[in-house]
Amino acid sequence: MADPLAQFEVKTIIPLQVGGIDISFTNSSLFMSLAVLGASGFLVLGARYGAAVPGRWQSMTELTYEFISNLIKETIGPEGRRYFPIIFTLFMFILFGNMLGMVPYGYTFTSQIIVTFAMAAVVFVGVTILAFAKHGLHFFSFFTPPGSPVWMWPLLIPIEIISYLSRPLSLSVRLFANMMAGHTLLKVIAGFVFSLSVFGVVPLAFVVAVTALEILIAFLQAYVFTLLTCLYIKDALELH
Amino acid sequence: MTRDDRPPPLEDLDARLKAARSCQADKRDDKSEDRKTSELGPALRMGSDLVAGVAVGAFIGWALDRWLGTQPWLMIVFFLLGAAAGFYNVYRSAKQTTGVAATDSGDNGDQDSPSDGTKKE
Repeated sequence: MADPLAQFEVKTIIPLQVGGIDISFTNSSLFMSLAVLGASGFLVLGARYGAAVPGRWQSMTELTYEFISNLIKETIGPEGRRYFPIIFTLFMFILFGNMLGMVPYGYTFTSQIIVTFAMAAVVFVGVTILAFAKHGLHFFSFFTPPGSPVWMWPLLIPIEIISYLSRPLSLSVRLFANMMAGHTLLKVIAGFVFSLSVFGVVPLAFVVAVTALEILIAFLQAYVFTLLTCLYIKDALELH
Repeated sequence: MTRDDRPPPLEDLDARLKAARSCQADKRDDKSEDRKTSELGPALRMGSDLVAGVAVGAFIGWALDRWLGTQPWLMIVFFLLGAAAGFYNVYRSAKQTTGVAATDSGDNGDQDSPSDGTKKE
């Protein structure tokens, strides 16, 4: 049986060394580029006619736009429009990354913790800077829960700070764990198809079902990452 | 009569446009509430929220211990604080997802149960 974890291996395609730092073009970088190209192509080509009555493709691009636009309106409110570009970019990048991973022989770059952590760190640092820019030192009042007695603060402030610091970890681990677990599960079940000969039909049917589930998860995890980014921006704007 | 009706009064065009737009915005809000994905999405958050709180708490404790040389103690304290933060994360995300009415009853239930527990102890 093939190693179910072999699919996550990062392979160098074009070796590159700049100043002693390895910046080789790997299969992970290849699929990141594909995700960027795919997302841009999907949107630019879909909107190329700008028809008043949209065709199928244009409807799909308009649907994705409206989906994120409504999400921002619901979670952040009208002043969230300013952050639409970064939120929409994050959503499309993660969505295309997850979906490209569902293509056979594809590589899922969102199953690498360092990739998801980098995105979560960008969100975390950006949101913290936003909160400081908006509220200055008043930002620290975020760590004092409203309506709590002052004598509880020595206990509650550390809890709030840990809770705040756990955000990037929670954000990155969720996406990484879901993608990695799903793809490993697929490979493990697919391995049974050959070892069970005729009865391999049963795991084969299971693989089909799990693939459908994985496509749902791929979409949902992109959605959850985007939703949480919106909620963090809202927290930064409003502090509670 | 017909003469008066024919030219549309441009003076209050702004007001009419605003009214129409806000009407549409209301309709959209109603529609978005019964979306199914918004139910499942936040449910997937909670597990990692809990784990992340504990992990960050334990890591801060471990790092402070190494720095201050107070081997097990700060890690134990921060592990417990981290667990509290993890549960707080889950509680908060549950509060965000469920409606206002549901959180009100949930709040009361939460406040009642710990006080009951302490009374028994």
